Amino acid sequence: MADPMRIRAQLAGDKATVRVLMNHEMETGQRKDASGKTVPAWHITEVSAQLNGKPVLSAQWGPSVSKNPFLQFSIRGAKAGDKVAVQWKDNKGETRTDEAVVS
Amino acid sequence: MHNRREVLGHSARVSLLLAAAGLLPAAARANYDAKLFDLKTLPEVAKALGGQAPVESKEVALTGPDIAENGAVVPVGVSSTAPGVKKLLVLVEKNPSVVSASFDVNEFVDPAFNTRVKMGQSSNVYGVALLADGRVLYATKEVKVTLGGCGG
Repeated sequence: MADPMRIRAQLAGDKATVRVLMNHEMETGQRKDASGKTVPAWHITEVSAQLNGKPVLSAQWGPSVSKNPFLQFSIRGAKAGDKVAVQWKDNKGETRTDEAVVS
Repeated sequence: MHNRREVLGHSARVSLLLAAAGLLPAAARANYDAKLFDLKTLPEVAKALGGQAPVESKEVALTGPDIAENGAVVPVGVSSTAPGVKKLLVLVEKNPSVVSASFDVNEFVDPAFNTRVKMGQSSNVYGVALLADGRVLYATKEVKVTLGGCGG
């Protein structure tokens, strides 16, 4: 299991600004290791977020998003105490979900 | 052990059959579009998304550094004030695959996203918005990279 994400959801008016820091290698498939072999691509392909279980965001990523990706977005109509869940899925089929509470 | 060619050919046939039979659920079709990430130019991307020819517009904003010291971590932000934005994308012109990230926009989320991308060399970065009526708007910015983020 991959390392947990760090999620912060801060309320500003009726919007929650969500900042997510994921832990992922994000290998592009372009790099070569010391012996000249190509390091296979290993990166997050899909990211989604829910507010209290309701889907609010879906994104598709390529290999050129940075290692340990950062993502910031704003959810409309959020209230303090709402639950924000963020998931990612990588090209090896691994997934990870983490939750934070809007404050 | 199947080799890669066999496996790829086989899965392509199966998905063709499924698509023909209308068995592929809508969710699966709307999901990850690997082909999008093989494209090399902005017009190709606009076409693949089903949009019109891309037009530069002030309704799309792109934020990023003028000079990035480390190409592995270039903070970029894309946002749009145009009505009816369906998707927002971040493109890096000279990367091996031009599309970095694609965000689906709906009524629950602001059409503004910040993330970090890798850049192999100095290049134009595009923020692209696909509107519900098929128009494709973009904003561009040149980012100079002093240390590449790909290869090495």
